[in-house]
Amino acid sequence: MNNHLNFSMMKLIQALTPLLFTTGLLFANLEKELQTQFILAASGDTITIPKGHHKIQGTLSIEGKENLVIQGVGMDVSILSFSNQSEGAQGISITNSKNITLEKFTIQDSKGDAIKAQYTDGIIFRHVKVEWTGGPKETNGAYGLYPVQCENVLIEHSISIGASDAGIYVGQSNNIVVRYNEAFENVAGIEIENSYNAEVYENYSHGNTGGILVFDLPDLLQKQGGNVRVYNNRIESNNLFNFAPKGNIVGKVLPGTGIMILACSGVHIFGNTIRNNKSIGTGIVSYFMTEEAIKDSLYNPYTADIHIYNNVYDRWPGFPELGFDIGQLLAVKYGRNTPDIIYDGMQDPEIQAGLCIQNNTDARFTDLDIEHNFDSWYSPFVANFSEDMSKHNCGAQHPLISKSKK
Amino acid sequence: MIKTLSKANQLVLLLFFISFAMSENPLKYAQPKLSDYGFFEGRMADHNPVTGVIPYDVSAQLFSDYALKSRFIVLPQGQQLEYQKDGTFDFPEESVLIKTFYYPADFRNPDKNIRLMETRILIHTPEGWMGFAYIWNEEQTEAFLEIAGERLDASFINPIGETVNFKYSVPNFNQCKGCHVFNNKMEPIGPKTRLLNHDFDFDSGRMNQLEKWETLGMISGLPSVSSLPQTPDYNNFESGSIEERARALIDINCAHCHRLGAPGETSGLFLNIEETNPTQLGVHKPPIAAGRGSGDLDYTIVPGQPDKSIMVYRMASTDPSIMMPELGRKLVHKEGVELVKQWIKEMEKY
Repeated sequence: MNNHLNFSMMKLIQALTPLLFTTGLLFANLEKELQTQFILAASGDTITIPKGHHKIQGTLSIEGKENLVIQGVGMDVSILSFSNQSEGAQGISITNSKNITLEKFTIQDSKGDAIKAQYTDGIIFRHVKVEWTGGPKETNGAYGLYPVQCENVLIEHSISIGASDAGIYVGQSNNIVVRYNEAFENVAGIEIENSYNAEVYENYSHGNTGGILVFDLPDLLQKQGGNVRVYNNRIESNNLFNFAPKGNIVGKVLPGTGIMILACSGVHIFGNTIRNNKSIGTGIVSYFMTEEAIKDSLYNPYTADIHIYNNVYDRWPGFPELGFDIGQLLAVKYGRNTPDIIYDGMQDPEIQAGLCIQNNTDARFTDLDIEHNFDSWYSPFVANFSEDMSKHNCGAQHPLISKSKK
Repeated sequence: MIKTLSKANQLVLLLFFISFAMSENPLKYAQPKLSDYGFFEGRMADHNPVTGVIPYDVSAQLFSDYALKSRFIVLPQGQQLEYQKDGTFDFPEESVLIKTFYYPADFRNPDKNIRLMETRILIHTPEGWMGFAYIWNEEQTEAFLEIAGERLDASFINPIGETVNFKYSVPNFNQCKGCHVFNNKMEPIGPKTRLLNHDFDFDSGRMNQLEKWETLGMISGLPSVSSLPQTPDYNNFESGSIEERARALIDINCAHCHRLGAPGETSGLFLNIEETNPTQLGVHKPPIAAGRGSGDLDYTIVPGQPDKSIMVYRMASTDPSIMMPELGRKLVHKEGVELVKQWIKEMEKY
């Protein structure tokens, strides 16, 4: 009898509690209210980030949810500021979810990554701005928009400013579209790492250390990427000093880099405007260039099947970045006229498809041939690098050139 | 008045599960107050368990800002666990794990002036495990469900007489999952053979926990415990070598994320006690996506050089963008950092 009474009471309270939670009556503070909504959200819900500049102290997390829209009133209108963050490494963290859309809000000054999504199938960032407001600094968080180990990623009409690693970073993911975004004052504007099937187009990446990076790194679960197409982007004046904390691979990116392809195969770079990046317009290099030991027996450090075509290169005369070895080397060899496309010559010996360079406007080329020219510290300075592009003209055999977008 | 977790109470729990099973709201599995579960009799803060609520501990503990912890396990009546050597036991539905976090006002008098902070319970629901935190009131008479997390002012005097003030953090519902999710499913971390295989002071006397469970009918198929693995208590100098103790510490504090199938796998750093590949353990491994966590250092572990090892740097930090683990502590586990430093210092064999 007693138990029965307790049970009814309990059920009543139980039935009322979610109602109280979801209507937000219990909370004065937006952080707790948003977090509660993220926890209690049902499939199909839209959660609104209200207008205003809201201070948030801990990571807001979304875990194990389906079909949610997190929506602000507008970029720069609904602002979540983490400048006083005391807990958690991210601004927003999304894990184990499906079909999550984030749109129309701004994240500022998170201690670590601004928005990280992991193990999520279907993640959309649209009209989202992430920024560190104190300018480029080593103490800024690593990544701005950061899907990792995700499927079906769309990042569009978004802005990233000030990330101490990459502004827009997609890692160990598959089926990716990154378009119509702007990235500046990051170490890397946009980076695609160990990912398959990525379309990166019509972005504006400028004023970063490096504009767009396509990397494959060792010792990761998704060993390799491929089928990455980078096209119709504007990649300009990426001459910012490298402010990544040492130890991170992106810390090796030479200031003045437009596009860098590291240890990848199956990459198409076309239709881009690559302008005034002082050191390397487009670099195609193997992992050997990092001078890191390779202990991952499943890792392929070479590049192969790389296609560079229909791009427009333009560069004011001037010295490349001299604070890095490779910059000094280029300066010694080329003075103020660094070539636009720089290749380390390390073609994967087991893959026939090599490096193809065609139909670019105003592109100058050099092959550093590091296998033969880098056997002592001074040898690169006396070596004759090959500036002959003709052996990389794949001509009519070119399989995909007709697909390039105008 | 003696309460037990009676059939009637179990029926309540069961009805509860069924009646809300159609809704998506995780709250349907949680009671609003800790007392609603009837786990304890007498003054609730004393944690005198009713029949069927069995106290236990684990040999290596997650560091939680020096909080002391009381743990209990509840199996549904008439059901038992099946012994397994590796991994977390496969619990029947409606099993519950209870863990209360508390501080003495002064660690030099650890039994006096106890303040209970929170009680976390893990319930094995028909939708899998779910974790809920209950925050104790000031009067220490009741604890209330809080799914969105909380930060509490906390203070204690440490064993050398220093006052430590900090914000104690109660995890939100998602943060519970953050540590407990493995291969996309939430599961307990502690109840494994190697962490339970040691003596415990039961009211009825000191006894090996697994053997006790066997006598209570809670586990079947248990081999002789002397043949079973045992993770050392890393705080106890006599429990194992520096390496064994350090591996036990990083296993329980790091491997819930840093293992294959858990969120830290992104980095390729695997710190579970079974890991044998030196690179995956961090030896001369460059950081991935570490940001400021790299501390301008090149590798997770540099054998012989703890001060050049990112692992030590991140364990010794309380900056949210640097510290590891990312959650669950506001203080540095000084003794833990020292142990890991010692391990790295003596490390040669890799």
